[in-house]
Amino acid sequence: MNSAVLLFPGINRETDMVKALEKTTGKKPQVVWHTDTNLPAGTDLVVVPGGFSYGDYLRCGAIAARSPIMADVKAKAAKGLKVLGVCNGFQIITEAGLLPGALVRNADLKFVCKEVRLRVENNQTFFTKKTVKGSIVSCPVAHGEGNYIVDAETLKKIEGEGRVVFRYVEGTNPNGAMNDIAGICNEAGNVIGMMPHPENMIEALHGKQDCLPLFESLLAA
Amino acid sequence: MKAKIKVTLKNGVLDPQGKAIEHALGSMGFSGVNGVRQGKFFEVELAETDKAKAEVLLKQMCEKLIANTVIENYAIELA
Repeated sequence: MNSAVLLFPGINRETDMVKALEKTTGKKPQVVWHTDTNLPAGTDLVVVPGGFSYGDYLRCGAIAARSPIMADVKAKAAKGLKVLGVCNGFQIITEAGLLPGALVRNADLKFVCKEVRLRVENNQTFFTKKTVKGSIVSCPVAHGEGNYIVDAETLKKIEGEGRVVFRYVEGTNPNGAMNDIAGICNEAGNVIGMMPHPENMIEALHGKQDCLPLFESLLAA
Repeated sequence: MKAKIKVTLKNGVLDPQGKAIEHALGSMGFSGVNGVRQGKFFEVELAETDKAKAEVLLKQMCEKLIANTVIENYAIELA
């Protein structure tokens, strides 16, 4: 499993993601700079990590989504390349048009940094295969703009097709996201975006290792 | 050539910042504020001197970057 982690100016979670991927897949991911025009040959998975690319200028993720490397990511995603966007990465791949909808300011305007509980709604994806459908995992969130919105018709479609991958457990929605959505996938299932940070819940030192099965799914996929 | 671009949230898209401003105005004693929607304003200096060409260019800029048409509308005004 060859993975690559994209790096944009202002991204700050790439080290956590690199360590998580190395620990769980046994192979160190390549870090790819945003001005590169091609992903390394043989890349199976691209991860867009969290942070504040371009200082969230214009709209969070907007400028990074138009970087040179994203053209290659989009072209290869259309051919089945696995793409995972976490936090700012979710915002970036959504701005890039890889996922429907948008992530806007948290409903209560507050930056949230805490542990939330997620229900795995779809365990057939490349990032959830080793989990049990309906199981609940703890996972930290840290964002100011994680409020997922989408038009009613698309929402109905996403729900109907089982494309909500993770949902905040009732009463714990930290940002006002529609239908408590924490993570979704595209129609083909090879692109997943999520606001919580699973890379920060896999080590004993993290307090819990609830998100290890997510990363272990990468090898099963 | 100078262009002014207004980007506003589409109707129905929740605007928590606008809501916060509305509440602040109320608590400052301004009564009768029925709603506030926050938007963005851009001034773009263009080398292009042909108005029609500039409009085409600006529309592309709005569609591709300046506005997220999933949630936002834009209006272009050429000086």
